[in-house]
Amino acid sequence: MTATSDHAHDGHDHHDHKPGFFVRWFCSTNHKDIGTLYLIFAIIGGLTGGALSIMMRAQLMHPDSHIFASGQHWNAVITSHGLLMIFFSVMPALIGGFGNWFVPIMIGAPDMAFPRLNNISFWLLPPAYVLILAGQMVGDGAGPGWTLYPPLSNSTFQSGPAADFVLFALHLAGISSLLGAINFITTIFNMRAPGMTLHRMPLFVWSMLVTAFLLLLSVPVLAGAITMLITDRNFGTAFFNPEGGGDPVLFQHLFWFFGHPEVYIMILPGFGIVSHIIATFSKKPIFGYLGMAYAMVAIGVVGFVVWAHHMYISGMDVDTRAYFMAATMIIAVPTGIKIFSWIATMWGGSIDMEVPMMWALGFIFLFTVGGVTGVVLSNAGIDQALHNTYYVVAHFHYVLSLGAVFSMFAGFYYWIGKMSGHQYPNGLAKAHFWVTFIAVNVTFFPQHFLGLAGMPRRYVDYPAAFEGWNKVSSYGAFLGGISMLMFLVICFLTFSSKKKLADNYWGEGATTLEWTLTSPPAFHNFEELPRLK
Amino acid sequence: MSSDNHGGETYVPSGLKHPYHLVDPSPWPLTGAMGGALTLFGIVIAAHFKNYLPLTAGLVIVLFTMFMWWRDILKESAAPGLHTVIVRLGLRYGMIMFIASEVMFFVAFFWAYFHFSLMPEHVLGTDTPMWPPKGVLTFDPWNLPFLNTMILLLSGTTVTWAHHSLIEGNRKSLVTGLALTVALGLLFTTCQAIEYSHAPFTFSGGGIYSSVFFLATGFHGFHVIIGTCFLAVCLFRSMAGGMTAQRHFGLEAAAWYWHFVDVVWLFLFICIYWLGHGVIAAE
Repeated sequence: MTATSDHAHDGHDHHDHKPGFFVRWFCSTNHKDIGTLYLIFAIIGGLTGGALSIMMRAQLMHPDSHIFASGQHWNAVITSHGLLMIFFSVMPALIGGFGNWFVPIMIGAPDMAFPRLNNISFWLLPPAYVLILAGQMVGDGAGPGWTLYPPLSNSTFQSGPAADFVLFALHLAGISSLLGAINFITTIFNMRAPGMTLHRMPLFVWSMLVTAFLLLLSVPVLAGAITMLITDRNFGTAFFNPEGGGDPVLFQHLFWFFGHPEVYIMILPGFGIVSHIIATFSKKPIFGYLGMAYAMVAIGVVGFVVWAHHMYISGMDVDTRAYFMAATMIIAVPTGIKIFSWIATMWGGSIDMEVPMMWALGFIFLFTVGGVTGVVLSNAGIDQALHNTYYVVAHFHYVLSLGAVFSMFAGFYYWIGKMSGHQYPNGLAKAHFWVTFIAVNVTFFPQHFLGLAGMPRRYVDYPAAFEGWNKVSSYGAFLGGISMLMFLVICFLTFSSKKKLADNYWGEGATTLEWTLTSPPAFHNFEELPRLK
Repeated sequence: MSSDNHGGETYVPSGLKHPYHLVDPSPWPLTGAMGGALTLFGIVIAAHFKNYLPLTAGLVIVLFTMFMWWRDILKESAAPGLHTVIVRLGLRYGMIMFIASEVMFFVAFFWAYFHFSLMPEHVLGTDTPMWPPKGVLTFDPWNLPFLNTMILLLSGTTVTWAHHSLIEGNRKSLVTGLALTVALGLLFTTCQAIEYSHAPFTFSGGGIYSSVFFLATGFHGFHVIIGTCFLAVCLFRSMAGGMTAQRHFGLEAAAWYWHFVDVVWLFLFICIYWLGHGVIAAE
């Protein structure tokens, strides 16, 4: 990579009228500053959720440990861990952070369509985070799990205000996502540079467009479901309460109608980032661009009609289960198109093993492992045995904490030079990748064995027979803690580095619009619109 | 095919200045987010501790923010060169997406309704699956609910009349049309309040029928009130001489929203009041 800057763009600095500290960071209408706020927030959310996971692995290291005072305390911690990682780390990083930074730049727009709306999307999250923590700390804590199923989440089993705090935190995070989605859709439809038709739009922008539609159509259904839960808990309605004629399974339907698109909301932006990184470091255009774009559209559309594969043991009849099984397996087709197209992009390319490429390759490998166990779990028959075991935990951590999180780090190393103008320490960054790669695999691979052996998830303790692999898994989690600390050191070293970066420090393979701007870009970019030839 | 070349795209300067509106920094998103959070926190505090202070404070901050934020937008729309044609197109996209999300919010409540009404075996705690559940008395759909249907349909025509009057440059009819629409909106809400006060079932502890009925119609009623406020703002603006035959997105958005509220009502009337009626309660 070239580490010298050409000073041709220094003239832009005269136009950088940055406002004062409070106005710049609290009243912002600038997509890059708001993106930066989201990224910082995502790191805080990830560290909090990560710390909880290390506590959990410490508890599960041996049977009969007493790090947690009670089962309810444990339940509260798993609830917070799940919600923090999903709503306060992965989504803010991928959608709010990288989406805000790079969607306007990649389409050649000076900012998002609704800059104020963008800022309220961000500022709804910190109070929501506080409410999640309140749900963790008030009384016995809220412990229904992130899926919030009644009767676990009703006023009998989660009395007191803690669970209500969690539900309202989700309302706030939901409003934030919804406004963000409206903003992204409008920006992408309305503000593309001259010549940039939808079929010539960078794949990260495509991924954000599909993600935004999934948010727009699924989050309001969650809002309806948790509203019914709140009125059941506090105002005497009976939606999910059999005593009043209600049905807890209705909540599962509503929740998973949101929850299943939600898992694609977390992974699609990662697909977009990885596509750019693979193309950049193979020095080739992405293989099958249109197929890649429409594979994401297909995943988004089919993702709306597979929700009940989360509910195979809820008592649905066998025809319904057969349908949801078939529909779920179909998603493996567009996903396979993506995996094979990434491989075909690399095929015959001149591959640079820079740090972002290592994370992207790690993403492809580990996401595929999670995808394969996903196909196993989509079988309604096999799921009968594996439902609510550690096999499921292993599956979704492979696609999320080894898939989505790897794409977050890939994006971080790919773009941090562009966003900050600073160079990350290369050697330490490579070490960070390998330590993380080993840590997450040591943590989560043994959980497949535990699940197949029948260890149920969400329990504070287990029979001694499961101790061996639990110990291994816990060692992996502690190593993961070390990798988080390495990341913080890398952040510090990056920002204290004096090396100036060129506009396009990745060279010929990096062809999207952000590489035509300075590193970091001016406060406002594209005063004059670029044209796509 | 050009798209096969993707990744090797080249960008050149277009020579065009961007036509977008770069908004100045604004405090209202921050106050709005904090006010919204305080409101929701306040609901929990009110429900558990009967203390209404945080809820009231939150609502005041939210209402104040809405007023100030939208006042800024109106000022910007009057300033030359900010709300360009393409910015106005963006506002339309935004409003359409917002209404789409609102539709999905109502999907949740209709889902609950159909979950029980189409498959009454889901109504637990009774040996005889039926909808409405055994023993529940319901409203006569051809009484107040039908009147409300007519009121909303009529209000859809008056708002269209107002819109066309503005386009034709007839400000007097614009004001009359909007005033009639707002009045019909208020009339609808009044009828709904009368109906609720005569309900043969209670909200709290009334079982699954009243839960679905009150939340579905209640959230609709809430949206009617929002739409009425939106139209009232348009009415005041048109009385003050605001909005032109060429540029009146506020009125268009209010009309779109009003039609959305109207359509939701038609579904509520047909599905819940009419097809879902049981033994009619005596007046």
